[in-house]
This record gives sequence, C-alpha cells and structure tokens, in this order.
Amino acid sequence: MREPPLSTLSGWGRHSAQGRERVGEDLERISADVNLSRGLGRSYGDASLPPDDEPTVLNTTFADRILSFDEDSGLFRAESGFTLGELNRLLMPRGYFSPVSPGTKFVTLGGMVAADVHGKNQHKDGNFGHHVTSLKMRVADGRVLDCSPERHADLFRATIGGMGLTGHILEVEFGMRRIPSQWICQESRRIHDIDEFQDALEESAPEWPYTMGWIDCLARGKNMGRGILMTGRWAEADQAPPRAPKPGFQPSLRFDWPSWVLSGLTIRLFNELYYRKQWRRRSSGIVSHESFYYPLDAIRSWNRMYGRRGFTQYQCVLPREAGRASARRVLDVLTARGGASFLCVIKDFGRESKGILSFPRPGITLALDIAVRDDTQDLVDALNEQVIQEGGRIYLAKDSFTRREHFEAMEGPRLDEFQAIRDRWDPNRRFRSAQSVRLLGD
Amino acid sequence: MRVAFLGATKGMGRALARLTAERGDTICLLGRNSVDLERSAADLSVRGATGPVRGVVCDLEKPEAFTSAIDAAREALGGLDAVVVTAGVFATQEELEADPALAERLVRINFSNTVMFCEAAKKALLEEGGGTLCVFSSVAGERGRKPVIIYGAAKAGLTRYLEGLDHKHHAEGLRVVTVKPGFVKTSMTAGLEPPPFAGEPDAVARRVLGAMDRGAPVVYAPALWRLIMAVIRALPRAIMRRINF
Repeated sequence: MREPPLSTLSGWGRHSAQGRERVGEDLERISADVNLSRGLGRSYGDASLPPDDEPTVLNTTFADRILSFDEDSGLFRAESGFTLGELNRLLMPRGYFSPVSPGTKFVTLGGMVAADVHGKNQHKDGNFGHHVTSLKMRVADGRVLDCSPERHADLFRATIGGMGLTGHILEVEFGMRRIPSQWICQESRRIHDIDEFQDALEESAPEWPYTMGWIDCLARGKNMGRGILMTGRWAEADQAPPRAPKPGFQPSLRFDWPSWVLSGLTIRLFNELYYRKQWRRRSSGIVSHESFYYPLDAIRSWNRMYGRRGFTQYQCVLPREAGRASARRVLDVLTARGGASFLCVIKDFGRESKGILSFPRPGITLALDIAVRDDTQDLVDALNEQVIQEGGRIYLAKDSFTRREHFEAMEGPRLDEFQAIRDRWDPNRRFRSAQSVRLLGD
Repeated sequence: MRVAFLGATKGMGRALARLTAERGDTICLLGRNSVDLERSAADLSVRGATGPVRGVVCDLEKPEAFTSAIDAAREALGGLDAVVVTAGVFATQEELEADPALAERLVRINFSNTVMFCEAAKKALLEEGGGTLCVFSSVAGERGRKPVIIYGAAKAGLTRYLEGLDHKHHAEGLRVVTVKPGFVKTSMTAGLEPPPFAGEPDAVARRVLGAMDRGAPVVYAPALWRLIMAVIRALPRAIMRRINF
C-alpha cells in the first residue's frame, strides 16, 4: 500500500514528531502492521504521536460508519473514527445526546475511549468509559476480538483510558441518553475565592447535572481562585425556543499569533474583564448546547493563538482526602513562579473511573493552559511535585512534559496493574506512542 | 428518489450516499463485498434512508452479472430513478508502468467494464421512462498529462462515452451527469501529496447532488478545477512537454 513520506504530526498543543498517517476505511485490513491509532489529533500532548523508531500511525477518521442504533434502548455502535460532532448533528434533533461529552466535539469515539474523556457531568455520570458496553479491538497477536465488562474484562478495563496502548480500537458501543431539547438552562455565578469555589461546586452537584468553573489564576492572596461558576441542565421542551440552535459564524485562525500577544499583561487584562463581565452575583438564561459545551470550537484552530511553540495543558486531580486547601497549594505553585495561564478550569469529580489508568477520581480537578516557554519544564515539574504530595494524578490526554519518575510516583499500583495486563496481551510491547516511551519507558 | 449506488461504501460515493440518506431517499447499494455492503447499509439506515437499505453484490470485474445486479436493485427499490457510479480503481503512472497487468486491469475496469455497466443501467432507466445516470469520471481525462497517462486515457474514453449517451438519450428523459473530480482527499488518493486546492469528499458530494437534482450534464468538483482544466487544455504542447502537471 502507498505510504506518504514522513511529515510533521502534532497534538493539539502543537507538540510534534516526525511520522506518517496510514488512512483507509477498512481498519481491520490495514491495522495489522501498525502499532498506534490516531483519530483527530485532539489530545494536547504526545499521546497520539508515534515513537521515533516507528513512524507510521493508523489514522482512524475514514472508518466512520454507524453500525447500529436502537431508538428504544439508546444503544449505539459505530466504527472508531466516527466523531462526536457527527453524533450530535445526526442524533440531537431526534432527542439523543452522548452520555458524556468533553469540551470539544472534534473527537473520535476511539479517542474518547482511549482518553476515557469526562465532561461537565463527571460528578454525576462519570466518564465516557462508564457508558461503554463493548469494544471491538485488534490486539498485539493479530486477533480481532470483542471485549466488554464481561468478556476479556482485563483488556476492556485497560483499554478504557489506556491511551491506545492495548491495541487498535476498531468499534465502540455505548448507551446514548434522551434529552428533552437541544438547549441548556444555564446559570452563572460570581465566586470570590478558591474555597468558595469548592463549596459552590459541592452545593451545585446534587441540583445541577452539569457544572464547571473558570478561574482567574493570576489573582493572588485573598482573591486567589476567584472566578465564575457555570451550571446547567437540559431545558425542557416548553422552556426551549421552538427552533433548533443554528451554528453561528465560525472564524478560523489562519496564522500563528506572535508569542507576546498572550503575555502576562494581556492575560491579566482578559481575566479582569472576564471576571467583571459577571457583575451580577447570579445570572441565568437559555443557551444553545454548542455555546455551553463547546465554546472554543467556535474558533477553529484556536491553538494557533499560542504561537509557534504551542502550549501545554496541565490538568491534575486532587483527591478529596487531600482536603480543601490542596487546590490553593497547587495554585500557589503556579502563581509563585509567575506562570500565567490564559484558561484555567476547575471542576469536581464524583465518580472513580472504570479504566485502570483513567484520570478522574473523586476530588477536584484543575486544568491550566500554559504557553510553552523556556521554563515550562520546570513549572510542570514543580506542579507535579506538589500533586504527588497531595496524592493526586495528571491527565495523560493533556500531557507532554511529565517525567517518568513523577508519573510512577503518582500511579504506583495502578501502573503495575496496567503493565501486568499489557504483559498478558502485548508482552513484546508492540503498541507504543511517543508518550508511552516517555512515561512508561517502552 | 430511488437510487442505486455502485461503489458507495467508500470515499466520495459514501459521502454522496449519506447526503441522499439524510434527505430520506430510498437506497440500494451495489458492491463487491457483502459484509462491507451490510455495514454501509446500516450506516445509511440510521442516517435516515427511507425503507430498508439493500445490498446487492456486484463486481466491476464481472460484467456478465451487471444486468442481473441492476435488475435486483430495481426490484429492491420498487423502481429506479437514479444510478450513481463511483466505483473504479486508481494507480499512479509509475505503478502502472511497472506492472502491465495492473495497467490492463485498470483500463478494463475504469473504461470497458464501466461502460458496460452504464449500458445496463441506461437500459433499465429508459425502461422506467427516464432518470439520472451519474458517473464519476475525472479531470484526468481532460488532457494527456504526464502523471496520469493511462488512468487519464481510460477516464477520457469514459467521458466521451457519457457525452454521447447524453446526446442520444436526453430527449427520452435520461439525464447523464458526468462528474469530474479533481484531487479529493479520500483513501484512493492516500499517500499522494495533496495539491493546495485539494477537495473534501463532503463538499464534492454536496456539489454533485445539486447537479443531479438540476440534471446538469457536467460537474467539476471542487469547482475550481473547471478553471484549472480550462488553462491546462489551452496550454501548447511545447509547454505540456516541459511541465510535470
């Protein structure tokens, strides 16, 4: 089969590697001799990038057929390159929505499984993996097989959140949810500091199925952690406008912004304005699901805002046992180093994951977008050291800077269990990525 | 619309079949592999095709079965309003020069067998009192060009055949739509360096469906290729000998 020459493949944060993508509709036929799958390349770091010595990856995006949908039970099955955007476009008008949606719709089902994505309803409905009923996979010895919570359960649990390291995900089956409309009743609330934020998230959790918060992470001292809490629930048919929401103008960034544009000063200005925008203590309204779930999808290629060197997203979870003060301690590490984050998101997690290496666990998660500079490695190291002290962990779908020893300190027994399952299914470590070389020593 | 597709399990055919499914057309799929047909049929059903989407095995390398396959499609659809042919093979000029058997097969499939399939489809459509025959040729058939000599020759022959068909049967209600795609990013062109104006299958499909609905005889997709090929056709031989386009 014709293979393209090597070119630059990159993750969403623009971390890159030399590689080539093999494309085709029939994944079963073309996956036998490749060792990593890649979908839309929306993981931020190096999870979808090939290791140096093995440059070819399988691009799944042409394998995008729906295989079955049962309107009564909501059970849905499709090839792994099928995207969340298509799912929404086709099934929302019929009253169904994905049980879990991340902050972008430009992801494939395979990627959603591999990263075990979570969304604004994690505190209530868990991760995507909680709703997956069956996967069809090609494993290292060449076999193509189905796995589920009952069948080859170890492979299934390692694949949910396993970052593609257990085999190629060929098909995904999961349960869709019924929704009353395509609109969201949203409420926004001004929050004064990090402690109030955690209280507010906890209070909102039983009442609101969707919650998340934006933090002005440049605010220090008594204002540290001030921001806006956003909560939402599906609007009932009689509350929603009678029409379906229309996608608005979608600008696209066609060039890389110079790096000074997102400097400490401009971020400070943006944060101040954004915080002041919420001048009322509370406000509410009916918004389209697109603006509620995918505000950043409205600007195509928004990652170019961070310039040529790109950015990294640092996302960690701090367990409940670490207490309220742990979030403040992590933000302290960021502000003490003058690390400016343009976008900082806070969210409470309520359910432990099913996947062995999945990210979420009950506690608080912080996600920080950080432009790559000369000192980014030091900043990530310092944040990781703090997170290890708190007993927390990081999200592999975002990571490109964590050191192996830090990852091992965070994951301990979970990593041992994951590797034991890989020993059974892939003893020669066929399935590898740039990330697994870095973090697992593959 | 009751429409039969040959080659809609992949690429531009897949994208076009999805558009017809989403507006509720009735669809029958013709193709080589019955498992693949079933999977595409399921996809189109969930997307909104009216009635069950049937699959009929039909291989462009087996012309003796063309008539029976079209009859089966006609029966499954309860009539026939349109036949769409996107099936075909592609290989680069280097690959074809290195492998004469492949070159012979490509010319046979893309030209003679496609013509024979269209003959059978035309007959069925005329029996129905007219309809649309939409066939994917290529801009490669517009001028002899170094990178697509053999492939382009087969497509040139197909384009001329379709042109004649239109002249002869237009008055009887047959609408022949000749599609001339430029470079489109599908698995057929995988591994080739895409030119700056390469098209996406979905955009091509929207353009082609519009042409089918209007009964437009020739459609370039993406539209820019009409201009590009007008320039290429006007270039003197001396220049064509020098450039590698």
